[in-house]
Amino acid sequence: MKFIPNSNIKDMMLKQIGLKNIDELFQDIPKKIRIGDIDLPKGLTQQETESKLREISEKNKSYPELLSFLGGGCKPHYIPAAVKSIVSRSEFYTAYTPYQSEASQGFLQAMFEYQSMIAELTGMDVANCSLYDGVTALSEAALMCSRITGRKTFVMPHNISWEKKCVLGNYVKGPGIKIKELMYDKKTGKINIEDLKKSIDENTAGVYIENPNFFGVFEDDINEISKIVKESGALFVVGIDPISLGVAKSPGDYNADIVIGEGRALGNQIDFGGSSLGIFACKKEYLRQMPGRIIGMTKDIEGKKAFCMTLQTREQHIRRGKATSNICTNEGLCALTASVYMSWLGSDGLFNISKTNFEAGQALAKKISSINSFDLIFDSIHFNEFVVKCPEDPNKINKKLLQKNIHGGLSLSEQYPELKNCMLLGITEVHSEQDIDRFVKALKEV
Amino acid sequence: MYRSAVYEEPLLINVASKIKKELTIDFKKIPKSLQRSKKVNIPDLDETQVIRHFHRLSQMNYGIDTGMYPLGSCTMKYNPKICERIASWDKFAGTHPCQDISTVQGNLQILFELEHMLCEITGMDYFCLQPAAGAHGEFLGMLLTRAYHESRNDSIRNEVILPDTAHGTNPASAAMAGYNLIEISSNKQGTVDLDVLEKTLSEKTACFMLTNPNTLGIFESDILEISKMVHDAGALLYYDGANMNAIMGKARPVDMGFDIVHLNLHKTFATPHGGGGPGSGPVGVNIKLEKFLPIPRIAKTQDSYYILDFDAPQSIGKIKGYFGNFSVLLKAYIYILMMGKDGLKEASDIAVLNSNYMKKKILDSKKYEMPYKNLRKHEFVLSCEKLKQDKKISAKDVAKRLLDHGFHPPTIYFPLIVKEALMIEPTETESKEDLDKYVEAFIKIAEEDASIVNNSPNNTPVKRVDEVEATKNLKLTWNMI
Repeated sequence: MKFIPNSNIKDMMLKQIGLKNIDELFQDIPKKIRIGDIDLPKGLTQQETESKLREISEKNKSYPELLSFLGGGCKPHYIPAAVKSIVSRSEFYTAYTPYQSEASQGFLQAMFEYQSMIAELTGMDVANCSLYDGVTALSEAALMCSRITGRKTFVMPHNISWEKKCVLGNYVKGPGIKIKELMYDKKTGKINIEDLKKSIDENTAGVYIENPNFFGVFEDDINEISKIVKESGALFVVGIDPISLGVAKSPGDYNADIVIGEGRALGNQIDFGGSSLGIFACKKEYLRQMPGRIIGMTKDIEGKKAFCMTLQTREQHIRRGKATSNICTNEGLCALTASVYMSWLGSDGLFNISKTNFEAGQALAKKISSINSFDLIFDSIHFNEFVVKCPEDPNKINKKLLQKNIHGGLSLSEQYPELKNCMLLGITEVHSEQDIDRFVKALKEV
Repeated sequence: MYRSAVYEEPLLINVASKIKKELTIDFKKIPKSLQRSKKVNIPDLDETQVIRHFHRLSQMNYGIDTGMYPLGSCTMKYNPKICERIASWDKFAGTHPCQDISTVQGNLQILFELEHMLCEITGMDYFCLQPAAGAHGEFLGMLLTRAYHESRNDSIRNEVILPDTAHGTNPASAAMAGYNLIEISSNKQGTVDLDVLEKTLSEKTACFMLTNPNTLGIFESDILEISKMVHDAGALLYYDGANMNAIMGKARPVDMGFDIVHLNLHKTFATPHGGGGPGSGPVGVNIKLEKFLPIPRIAKTQDSYYILDFDAPQSIGKIKGYFGNFSVLLKAYIYILMMGKDGLKEASDIAVLNSNYMKKKILDSKKYEMPYKNLRKHEFVLSCEKLKQDKKISAKDVAKRLLDHGFHPPTIYFPLIVKEALMIEPTETESKEDLDKYVEAFIKIAEEDASIVNNSPNNTPVKRVDEVEATKNLKLTWNMI
């Protein structure tokens, strides 16, 4: 079973088209570079393959077997069975980009609904139907700000993940956009407003703020931040965690221009960090500079409701070198997953899950800060992640916790030397009270 | 004849009758200044309603499991179910990318071994698995190109050359990396014109990007001359691996002289296209570019323990969060294990056989023409220009009519150098019976009354969609209706 039905009848097929052997089909490859073989093992049967993979998988530990409090923008969430059931339908997952709209109405409508729900969630007018991940979505936003304003500096917080910084640095090389970093306030973990004022000038194309930020902290001065950014003529880019938006202010409420985020939490598996889902939404006036695919509602020739890809003249397959982005294959199935997940939750469900995550964050923080040797270091309101100062190197603590099948948070001192012995913890609705108690007990014992 | 399911499926917001609902939020623990003004306005449905809605939508969608999907340059081959099953195991799907490496040795082993498999298949020395798609891989390739020339204090090189048959992503990726583009015309054979290339190469050339076999499905037989010319000019040679499915076990990009290669795992290595992703576009390089590859690199110690190596001072850094689309990488790994060396070679053999079989049968009918060279690899590009002149049937009309026959159409209007192009890539996973039926439909369409073809499709959930209206009267969310 090698998924090649014509293997057995190739001689007959060759004969029918007047050829003697397969090699005749490859005679245009110069002899000098032809190879006889690939240096790989022989193929395995499906059963052998599954056994081998079972064996390899045993070398991993994962949620739920491993009780983990890792955050950093990637956390386990409960995935309703209905989500998997729909996303496993192969009419969806074995299709490709809906170039032929008449044969792709199902996916197109689902993407239209995804765009609608992301717009609702973020308070923006429009959303595209996905980019690769939150990290590249930020990069694309920086390029978009520069295209719109004609300016060449992009301002972002010092406290975002090093991965975002690193990828952004690569994306801005081409157009030559300079990056300026904003310091956070040591006491609150929030943006230092004075530093923000100093960092913005007439060359600033855009300012990026995360809310909640990388330390889990809400920027409660967000209205003032927005005002300062807007006065400079720069665009205001906001990074979000979609789960937080069930209770937290939507970026539209504070006049954001572009909203980006990692959407994995909307019903997708963690998958070792990928697949992922780049959320990208903006105000209508910037639509024509938006990267990625956009689905529009229209009619068929008989006037029936129909959907198709639209504004394609922004895209590489039409505009080639002058496209707004090079993206082609995106994360369609992850967007579909998000769509089913949000539909399953509904407005009440989304509010409740958001509330639960907020409360879990508060509960864990309270219990951990009651341990003598552990302290919360920022005096601010946080969502479902927060920073804790530990009595020793968090990596060492994690080693000890692992013996009890518990994984603590992410060590921060590698990226932020000033945050020595600090750990970023994350918690969600999947963690029970018993889980929290087990973790707190283990921390007391390390 | 084929009939798609047709539902008058309402938008999600109209699935249930609207009840006037308070969206106000009453949650005192979070300060008002941080709180949403009202709940997110999405409908509250029961699971049964949600399932039926999306189930019906799925039935109005065509996938490979529905039937043949010969979208040229996209390699729409069958996606083995076993890959889906294994990738969904908690032991893989539940792992967090920041876990202590002692708890993800299985994942790291898979990534490490997959890199080596891709090295064997292409002959490249090293692979990076981070890019999320082919275009993303191209962009990484351009960043590596830039890093390479800069490291040699050769920053004057600001041009990338591409043939006029290149995929749209090639120029878009090079432009994003800051390069000026020079597109060169193909020769009468449909391949790279060596004279034009020679004249275009200069001390300003950073890279020549090439797909081989090219997008016409023609193998660039002058590849060794091309490689020599490009390297003599001090530039790098980039391999767009979208068409790798044609030559596995036959020839390797490294032997053709390519310095940088991207592969599309969602094409050649059978991972699902997912309605447009997630994909994966790993990039391979030869030894002179190794030091610029993204971090972390996965290494294996003597006692078979896998570690992450961040110590690469000249690395360009990162191109995507974490390790790339791991779930896709895992499925490709499973596919390669199952196929093995013989299976991969057989896949290319039959992909090329199926393509040439279809090509011969269609051309014998004399209803369509095929400009440029005759021998093709895994795909071929027909022109229905004559049909358009004679009967006013365009490539788009043929495509839409194919839908009525139960087939997904080929890629149309690409590559740009073929008028009324129909780009067909059957892949190795189609049976002769289906190839014959497709050919039969293709020929029949050319014989049908133009009025029937021009008014197709009829058997799809909607009739021909008005794309102009979609642009003129933008409705991109349900709030815009």
